[in-house]
Parts: sequence; C-alpha cells; structure tokens
Amino acid sequence: MAENEKKHDPEKEKRKIQAVSRMKEIMTDYYIEAKGAREKGRKVAWITSGGPVEPLIAMDVIPVYPENHGAMIGASKMGAQLCEQAEEMGYSRDLCSYARADIGDAVAKTGPIGGLPEPDMLVCCNNICGTVLKWYETAARFFNVPLFILDTPFIHREFTDSARKYVLAQIYEYISFLETHCGRKMDYERMEEVGRLSVEATQLWQSVLDTCAHKPAPMTAFDAFFHLALIVTLRGTQVTVDYYRQLLDELNDRIDRGIAMVPNEKYRLLWDNLPVWYRTRWLSDKFAGHDAALVADTYTSAWSGMLPEMNGQSFLEAMSETYTKVYINISIDRMFDIVAGMIQKYDVDGMVMHSNRSCKPYSLGQYDLRQMIMDRLGVPTLIIEADMVDERNFSESQIDTRIDAFMETLKS
Amino acid sequence: MNPLDRFKSVWNDPNDYARKRKQQTGRKILGYFCSYAPEELIHAAGLWPFRLLGTKGEIRMADTHLQSYCCSLVRGGLEAALNGSLDFLDGAVFPHTCDSIQRLSDIWRLNAGFAHHFDAVLPVRLDTPSARQYMIDVLNEFRQELADAFGTEISDDAVWQAIGDYNRIREKLSTLYELRSRAPGLFDPSTVHRIMTAAMVMERREFSEQITAFLEGVEPDAAGRSDTGRKRVVLSGGICTHPDIYELLARAGADVVWDDLCTGARYFEGRIAEDGTDPLAALADRYMERTVCPAKHQDITVRGRALVDMVRHQQAGGVIFLLLKFCDPHAFDYPYLKKFLDEAGIPSLLLEIEEQPPPEGQLMTRFETFVDMLA
Ligand code: SF4
Ligand code: SF4
Repeated sequence: MAENEKKHDPEKEKRKIQAVSRMKEIMTDYYIEAKGAREKGRKVAWITSGGPVEPLIAMDVIPVYPENHGAMIGASKMGAQLCEQAEEMGYSRDLCSYARADIGDAVAKTGPIGGLPEPDMLVCCNNICGTVLKWYETAARFFNVPLFILDTPFIHREFTDSARKYVLAQIYEYISFLETHCGRKMDYERMEEVGRLSVEATQLWQSVLDTCAHKPAPMTAFDAFFHLALIVTLRGTQVTVDYYRQLLDELNDRIDRGIAMVPNEKYRLLWDNLPVWYRTRWLSDKFAGHDAALVADTYTSAWSGMLPEMNGQSFLEAMSETYTKVYINISIDRMFDIVAGMIQKYDVDGMVMHSNRSCKPYSLGQYDLRQMIMDRLGVPTLIIEADMVDERNFSESQIDTRIDAFMETLKS
Repeated sequence: MNPLDRFKSVWNDPNDYARKRKQQTGRKILGYFCSYAPEELIHAAGLWPFRLLGTKGEIRMADTHLQSYCCSLVRGGLEAALNGSLDFLDGAVFPHTCDSIQRLSDIWRLNAGFAHHFDAVLPVRLDTPSARQYMIDVLNEFRQELADAFGTEISDDAVWQAIGDYNRIREKLSTLYELRSRAPGLFDPSTVHRIMTAAMVMERREFSEQITAFLEGVEPDAAGRSDTGRKRVVLSGGICTHPDIYELLARAGADVVWDDLCTGARYFEGRIAEDGTDPLAALADRYMERTVCPAKHQDITVRGRALVDMVRHQQAGGVIFLLLKFCDPHAFDYPYLKKFLDEAGIPSLLLEIEEQPPPEGQLMTRFETFVDMLA
C-alpha cells in the first residue's frame, strides 16, 4: 500500500501528504496488538470488509481483515506466489485472488506479515459477495472456529420490509454469538458510543473524499486507496476519528495553499472497482503523465456510502439497512444513480473501469454500466482488464497502449 | 411417440418443444436457472416453469454484456435470451444463487425484453429460524407478484395441489434413479440424463403422464441386461448438459449410478410435507432441509459428509467432479470435498468444463485411467 518512497525532489516533497506517517504508525500498532492478542487474553475475530465491525469493538474483540491482508499481499507483490500456493491446494485459479492469497498464506505464512493472527471466531457478511461466504467456510474448517454469517439480501429493486426484519434479527443473533464466544454480555451503552464514533468517522471519511471536488484535487484516488485502511478496519474507534480529522485539516490546508496532487491537473477521472494493488504507483504515474487526476472512485466511497440514516433509530437498528445497501449489494441501475451523482459532484471528464477478474459482483455488469454512462451522460469510459492481487493477470504493454489511446480521445 | 422418444426429442430441442406445446396449451412459460426457483408456485399460478441450461450454440451477443471470466451457464443463458431463441418465454425468475446469477438478473432485466421479471432473493443461510421466516416471506411476496403480474389468484389450495403434483413427479424421478442404481444396464448410459432434462423443461402435466408411462413400461431386468459388469461412479457438481460424458464413461468401463448435480438428484431430493397448515412453510422446509447447493450455507461440512455417504450407500467406487469453469461456489468446495473423499479412501477425478468438455480422445484417456483405479 505504501506509495511514498524517499526522493529528493522538492516539488514532490511538497505534494506528499504528511498524515501518511501517522497512518503507518496506527496500522503498525494495530497489527502488533492483533498479533499479541493471545498473550493478552484478547479475542481476535476475522471479519469481511463490509461487515459490521462496531459490535466487535464494543465487545473489545480485535477485528482482523483478510481482505486488507490481501491488499497488503498485492501491494507487496507477493500475490502470484501466494495464489499459486492455494492453487496447489486445489483452489481454482479463477477464484478471487484475495481469497486465494489469504488461504495460501494461512498455510505458508510467507506473506508480508508472516500470516494473519489466527482467529478465535469468524464474522462473514455477504453484502459484498458470495465469495466471502465460501472463503469463510474454508477458514472455519481450517481453523476449526465458530462462524457467524450475516446474510444481507441483495437489492435488485428495493430493500423490503421482510429483508429489514431478517437482517435486524441477525444483528441480535450476531450479538448473542459474540456474547457466547466472549463469555460476557454486550454493554449496550458502549455499543451506542462505538456506533456514534463510527458514524463520525464515516462522515469525516466522506469529507476527506469530498475535498477532491476542488479543482485541482488535493489528493487522488490512489491516496484514497491508502488512507482507506482505517475506515475499513477501525471505524468505531477514537483513533480513527482523530486521524481523519487530521487528514481533513491537511487536505483543506492544501486547498488553501493551492497544492495539487497532480501538478498540471487538466483531466479529471473516476475510477471504478478495486485498485490494482501491485501497480498503483505505475498507474498513478501513468495518468499523471497525461495531466490526469483520478479524483474519485466507487471503491473507497463505498465506505462513506455506509452512513446510516438514523431517523431516531438506535445504531443497531440503523445498521441493518446501512449494511445491506452497500454499493455492490445493489443492482446495476442503482449503481448507475450513484456513479452519475459522483460524475456530477467531482466534475469528471472520463471514467476508468477496472474489469477485475477476481471480483465478479463488482465487474460483471460493468459493460452495461459503461453503456449507460456513455449514452445517458456522454462520459467516455475506458475498461482495463486486470486483477487486484494476482499480477499474472496484468499485461502492462496492453494497458499502457489503451490508456494512451483513451487519453488521446479525451484530449481531442 | 413412445415416452422415451418423446423425452429424447425434448432433450434434443427444448425450445422447439416449448414453442409448439405453448401453442397447443396456451400456457404461459417462466424461465429459471436454479434448483431454488420455487417451481411449485409457478405451477400453482397456472404457468409452466422452464429450466434454462445455457446454449448449445456459439456465444456472441452476450459478449457485449459479460466478461469472458463468467461461467458458460450465465453467458449461454444470456446469449439465448438475446438471440431470440427463447422467444416463447413470458419472463423469468431469479432466485438468489451466486454472484454471477445476481448480476445476470440485472442484465437480463435491462436487456432481454421479456414481459415479466422476478427476483426471489431467498436467504443464503439456511440454518436458522430467522432465515426460515424470511424464506417464507420471500415466497409469499413472489406468490403475490406472480398473481399480480398474470392477473390470477394463487390460493393456498392451488399451492397444495401443486405441492402434490411436484411430490409425485419427484417420487417418479427418484424411482428412476433407484432403478438405474440397482440395474444400470436397464437404460442406455445417457437415458436418465435426458429424462432429467425433460423433467425440468416439459410442461409438467405432460411430463407427469409420460414418466408414469415410461416407468410402467420398464421391465426390471428383462434380459439380464442389468448387470453391465462395469464399475460404479457418482457425479458431483453443478449442471451437466453433455450426455456424451455418460456414453464415454460407459465405454471406459463405468456407469454413473447417482449424482449430486443441480440438474440431477438435487432436483428431486426431499419431499414436501402435505399435512401442514401453511403451504409456503412446507415449501420453505424442503429447502431448509435438503442438502445445500454450494451457493447456500447450512453447515460447513454437510456436503462432504453427504457425498461420502452417497458413495457408500450407492456402493460406488469413485467420484467424478464435473465443474463449470468460473463457477465460484463449486470451485471453493472442491478441495474440501476431495479431502473428505481422500480420507474415506474414495478416488476422484476433476473435470473442468469450459463451454464444451475436453476433446473426446483426451476425455477417454482420462476416464480409462481413472476407471482402472476403481475398486
Ligand atoms: S474482491 Fe470481490 S469477490 Fe473478492 S472478497 Fe472482495 S468483494 Fe468478494
Ligand atoms: S452457481 Fe456456478 S454454474 Fe451456477 S450460475 Fe453460478 S457460477 Fe454459474
């Protein structure tokens, strides 16, 4: 994930985001804490990136995210190697590379942090895909630990009353699951407090992303990919709130001082789908070379899309709707509405879609989405075929040519 | 036409059958892709549920909507919808299955242009009372939507009637499987496969009559053909649309005696209780109790245990996994199912099918090598 290497170019120095070092500190502390949980008698739960982490925080359980780990593996360019490990165990090369890399590393423990801390329990929310269901079943068999599944029905048209009832019932089942496996009761006051912090962090995250509506943008989606880690892993904690406040201040300050992330920003682009973790640097330079800034993306904004509409409900009640309505748990036409809103808000000139072999719920439907964007909004769109972690599925020369050609059409 | 010829001709061109039969009966037809589609409700509405199995032809039009890393069932299904070969459909219903079908539903709704479209977003976990309740709610909503769309009413009585019809059909299919298992030589190797296809696409009343007649005509072990002297294997996987596999396998020296395919035993497994008060709860309970498809969750080892039991119960020597390329749910289960088999000392073979199975020569060699290993 690390984007900033030391280079003594004063222009580049000026553009570096200072908060990065604080973020690294927090993430390092967090992984050290998680790795040492056993000795301290604390429980570790693995949870999916779109899963409700707040009850875990309220119960003092350390949340660990295999997907974040997958991203780390990708950024460390260890993806292909760990995926192959899983393939040798019989997992098809066509499966999601987060799952493959993580399954490979659970056995090999040769990844960037020598294997994730082992789970005491697993919490899987299928609001992002069916892959996580299968992946967590695999983990439950491998580690022989209890598994909780939060089933959030896909929204083709509307969030029905029966779905709302079902998800809410499961939220309480989730809490009893935690109570059983932690051996103590939920403190509901603490729960609401964690919920309040989570909402606050999510709002701050939205404000951080919104700074890119400014021209020129003080950061790009490549920065958002990096700063995302906290809202995924530790929302509901004070640390996260403080961090995003710091980041927001810095970004606003950049706006005041006229510092742009892409020096001569001329073209503003929207990114769709997960990052190509092992090539963020290359892609970032590539677009910057064309004076193009990726000013927004559908991926990191998925977490700010999790802002609950409280309407006087308790956090737990609001949660059932919020978690069910996340970006990739909705139909293509609903996705279009969100994308159209972003295109307007960030005033973008074009869209870049990463057709990601690993992620079917995100990628299938992109062709239709693209057609709608071109037909209804007249925004040109480029599709690049790749994979977020498995670098064997990245063809540099092909993507290089396609980006050049696309940028030429934007310029003409 | 005798029943077997009828089944074969339906198998050969289900679309042509549907078009003609629809003209004769005036029945409306609803397509579906998955064994979790609540067919009983469709049947109770006076419609005819028609299983979609992809396409036998080339995939062209679907390419503008779906990437190449999507299974051939989804791509082929969309192709058939777009190229007009499903023009007899009045609509389709998508019960929630996997990530690919989930998106196919959207793409289909936005592009295929059929009069009706339904999503029945069933629960993914099938192991809790709240999931059961939600399933009943979704079935109720689907019943209402169906009734509204086709301007009918679907009374409880009609649903009970449909449940009865389906129980009879499923009993017949299960008898057919039992017969084959006891005496594989009674039928040509691909006969049961063809009948299963017919069962899922034929207008159900006609199918019911034909299967009854067919079974009555079977003379158990008439000429001692039942003992083929071949080895016994079980198939495991999603769908199978390639009868040649059965023929080749027989030539290689093995009979398929049972399966755990979505288009096979999973289709008729589990009776629906007919003595309850709420017919939708009865439907839900079959789904909750039947061994799950890998896109659903019941318990983390249930499929492994069931497969080993099936092999033992059928006295089979091994398992052939028939997996569609790019099918995530099945691919995720494969390593653990294989491990369960290995631990029970049961040999297995993995066959991945893209759009077509591997070339015949290659397949034959693999089958022969595998069959040689079997007890
Ligand atoms: S990348 Fe896609 S398929 Fe993989 S875990 Fe994430 S949402 Fe699921
Ligand atoms: S379950 Fe598998 S075979 Fe069935 S539609 Fe999904 S990916 Fe295709």
